[in-house]
Amino acid sequence: MMQKKKLSLVETAPEPMGATPAVQIKSLSKWYGTFQALKNVNLTIARGEKLVICGPSGSGKSTLIRTINALESFQEGQILVDGIELTRKPEAVEAVRKRVGMVFQQFNLFPHLTVLENCMLALRLVRGVSQKVAEERALHYLGKVRIPDQAHKYASQLSGGQQQRVAIARALSMQPDIMLFDEPTSALDPEMVKEVLDTMTQLAGEGMTMAVVTHEMGFARQVADRVVFMDRGEIVEQGTPSEFFSNPKELRARTFLSQILH
Amino acid sequence: MHYADNVDYPRLLSRPSIYIPGLGLLFGVLLYTQAGATSLGKALVELFGLAEGSPLAANLLVALLITAVVALNVAVVMRLSIRHQMYAVWVELALLVLLFFYSFDLSFEFIRRKIGFLLTQGLVTTLYVSAISIVVASVLAMIGAIAKLSSNGIALGIANFYTSLFRGLPLLMQIYMIYLGLPQLGYVINAVPAGILALSLCYGAYMTEIFRAGIESIPKGQWEASRALGLRPRDTLTRIILPQAMRIIIPPTGNQFIAMLKDSSLVSVVGVWELMYLARTQGQTEFRHVEMMITASLIYWILSIVLELVQARIERRFNRAQMR
Repeated sequence: MMQKKKLSLVETAPEPMGATPAVQIKSLSKWYGTFQALKNVNLTIARGEKLVICGPSGSGKSTLIRTINALESFQEGQILVDGIELTRKPEAVEAVRKRVGMVFQQFNLFPHLTVLENCMLALRLVRGVSQKVAEERALHYLGKVRIPDQAHKYASQLSGGQQQRVAIARALSMQPDIMLFDEPTSALDPEMVKEVLDTMTQLAGEGMTMAVVTHEMGFARQVADRVVFMDRGEIVEQGTPSEFFSNPKELRARTFLSQILH
Repeated sequence: MHYADNVDYPRLLSRPSIYIPGLGLLFGVLLYTQAGATSLGKALVELFGLAEGSPLAANLLVALLITAVVALNVAVVMRLSIRHQMYAVWVELALLVLLFFYSFDLSFEFIRRKIGFLLTQGLVTTLYVSAISIVVASVLAMIGAIAKLSSNGIALGIANFYTSLFRGLPLLMQIYMIYLGLPQLGYVINAVPAGILALSLCYGAYMTEIFRAGIESIPKGQWEASRALGLRPRDTLTRIILPQAMRIIIPPTGNQFIAMLKDSSLVSVVGVWELMYLARTQGQTEFRHVEMMITASLIYWILSIVLELVQARIERRFNRAQMR
């Protein structure tokens, strides 16, 4: 389903698994103490689908995508990633995290390592790739995100936009099937938002399965196959970008859109 | 200065409202404490040929002289660059300390006779007892810190009890407990291993808290990024968290090493021939306690300075990623 192009961000296409969706979330509920953060969420992300999740702050959108790679726990329901059930067992979590890459709002680059080492470390430790191959692959993805000759700098020496692109390269170096983006441009200066969104758009064009929590509605319009609107821990509305933006059905979605689209 | 502001405030010592009362205060204190009657005062009085038996004149002269020297010194040092100021003041203060020791009328011949043994036996013992204890304490601290941050109730219980007991009991008591107490159980332990064990356990307990605080200071995002990449808990800790935590851990740990170096003198109570023990016993034979104590103290000081320099080097190394 995915073509191997030489200049593609996605080097190895995921194993064709028939009709298995990339992610299946079934009746997912999560509580922090007595506060219910997720309420019976059902969501399926198809292979190659670009999903944008939006909603007011505190609506549970970050919590939802963080449950997909077990950075958050859940109490009820089920999550399947590439058909693998996500339990608390080490093997299950390892298998899921191998398939899922993540980009954070605060970049979370490792400040004690160079840019190149940031991209190589997990390849060496998790994939057991040789030093040489790891370096080649890391440099390859750093080239993709257009961080040409910064490989031997430390993260603190780069701009915010460059740091976030390194974070994308770091996740891609692990060659995941699915990429999660948790508000990837929210911590950036305005003039750096575009370079990160461009990288994400390029990645989307190459067939990566993506779940993006963002307030960048322009990106959603342009790239998303489907927009999911969440509020107070539940999915309120979902649809194609054109449906969602031109004709939101729910009042909460309309209110939200009127607030962010001035 | 840390995060220096870009304002040239008038220097404290260049303000007349500070330095005139300051010099006046110094003068007054010298007068009040009868500076003329001190050994330095007597020497100065003699030098200026002032008549004996006029204490007020002597006090006035000495107080005035010392105040003048201090004023002049400040005026000169103020004109140096900050770096040179620091070194100049350091050396001046060190000279004053040495002058203080010199005023004890020490027998340098005695020191010269004994210092060889003090170094080859005492210093060597102090060094290896401290070095081994430092290594063992660091290992204990690392284990303790990891146990305290684990979700294993048994490990938590042991670690909490360990830090409570060994931080709570006086080190001297711990040394006695190990050296005199363990034989009651049937384990006869020599003085040197007993000392090393006590120092390691005590300082390991202090350092457990330092290591724990260092690990806790690393933001959650670092753990999450590492986990999201699939790193196992052990790799996350050793490759991501600890290298960053070292920056926080090293300064207080250097402190602990210096404190331990000197606390190693406590193992002299069980008869280990380390620096302090030899200083005491060698001095006793000829009633030259002060000579030996001062010599030993200066050796401790020099060792501490070496440790400070090593610490500064290591800090620079772990700071390199943060520097532009």
